[in-house]
Amino acid sequence: MTDASINASTQSQTQGYEDEASFGDYFALLKPRVMSLVVFTAFVGLVAAPVSVHPVVGFCAILFIAIGGGASGALNMWWDADIDRIMKRTKGRPIPSGKVQEGEALSLGLALSGMSVIMLALATNLFAGLFLAFTIFFYVVIYSMWLKRSTPQNIVIGGAAGAFPPVIGWIAATGSMAVEPWLMFALVFMWTPPHFWALALFMRSDYDDAGVPMLTVTHGRRATRVHILIYTALLALLAVGASFSDIGGPIYLTVAVVLNAMFLHGAWKISRRNEDDSEADNFKVERSFFKLSLLYLFLHFGAILAEAVLKPYGLGGWS
Amino acid sequence: MSLRKEHELHGRRYGRNLGVGLTLAAFIVIVFSLTIVKVSRGDFQVVPSEQVQN
Repeated sequence: MTDASINASTQSQTQGYEDEASFGDYFALLKPRVMSLVVFTAFVGLVAAPVSVHPVVGFCAILFIAIGGGASGALNMWWDADIDRIMKRTKGRPIPSGKVQEGEALSLGLALSGMSVIMLALATNLFAGLFLAFTIFFYVVIYSMWLKRSTPQNIVIGGAAGAFPPVIGWIAATGSMAVEPWLMFALVFMWTPPHFWALALFMRSDYDDAGVPMLTVTHGRRATRVHILIYTALLALLAVGASFSDIGGPIYLTVAVVLNAMFLHGAWKISRRNEDDSEADNFKVERSFFKLSLLYLFLHFGAILAEAVLKPYGLGGWS
Repeated sequence: MSLRKEHELHGRRYGRNLGVGLTLAAFIVIVFSLTIVKVSRGDFQVVPSEQVQN
C-alpha cells in the first residue's frame, strides 16, 4: 500500500464528514446574543425582587432561564430553516450552512426545553418553571410558527416572548407576581418593534425575499418610519413614567430622560428621511438608531439594577 | 505525498466530545451544589403537621 493510496483511502473515509458540526455550531443554535439579553434582563428581574435569594439558587435560576431561552432559539432555527437559507443575515446559521441537521436542532431544542423547565422548577418554584414553559411555547408556537409568517404585527406581539425573562426572574425569587416585573416586561415589549423595524429598514430586501410579512414589506417603508416614531414616543412615556415606580429612582430617572431624548431624536430623524436620503448615506441614521437601541435597553436595565443594589444602603429608589 | 494521521475532522470531533464532557461535568457540579444548598436550608424538611397526617 502506497502513501498515495492510504491518502486516497483517508480522504474517502472523511468525505461527507467535512461539514460535521463542532461544539460551537451546536452552541450557535442557542442564539448566544439573544441569550445574553435574556440573562441580563432575568438577572435584573431577580435582583430587583424584594427578597434575598441564595447566590447558588440565583445562579441556577438565571442559568436555566438562559438555557430555556437558548432552547427556544434552537426550535426557532429548526422551524425557520427554510427562510434562514434565503436571508443574507441568517445564511451563516448552523442549519443553512449545512453543519447541523434540522432534526438535530429539534432534538436539542426539545431536550433543553424540558430540562430547563424541570430544573428551574426544582431550583426555585413550580410557578417559575411553568412560566418558562409558557415563554418557550409563546416564542416557538405563537411567534415562530404562527405570527411571524402571517401578520405584520409579528414583531409587536412576538416581542412579548423576549420580554418575559425579567418576569420569570422575579417569580423565581418571590414565587409570586407583582406590578414591577410587568413594568420591566413593558419596557422590553415596547422597545422591540422600533429596534427590529430599524433593522428591517437597512436590511432592505432580506425579509421581502423570504416572504416574511414585516411592516416594511406589507405597509411600505414610509409607514415603517412613522411606526418607529409612534412606538418610540410611547416607549419614552413608559420608560420615564417607570422612574416613579418601585423599580425607579434618581439614577433611573436620569438615565431614562437622557436616553429617551436621544432615542426620540433618532426616531424623529428616521421619520423625516426618505429612501433617497437613506440610500445616499447607506442608512447611517437607521444603523445608528439600531445601535443606540441596544445601548438603550442595556442602560435602562443597568439603572434598575443599580437602584436595586443600592436600596439596602438607603441610596436606591426614592426613599 | 505525506500521510496525515490527524485529519482536521479529528480535532473537531475531539473538541465536540470535550465540550459535551465539560457540559455534563458542569451539570453535575450545579445539581450537587443546589442539593447541598437546599438540604442545608431545610427546603426538604417535612412539616410536622404533614408527619402527623402520614
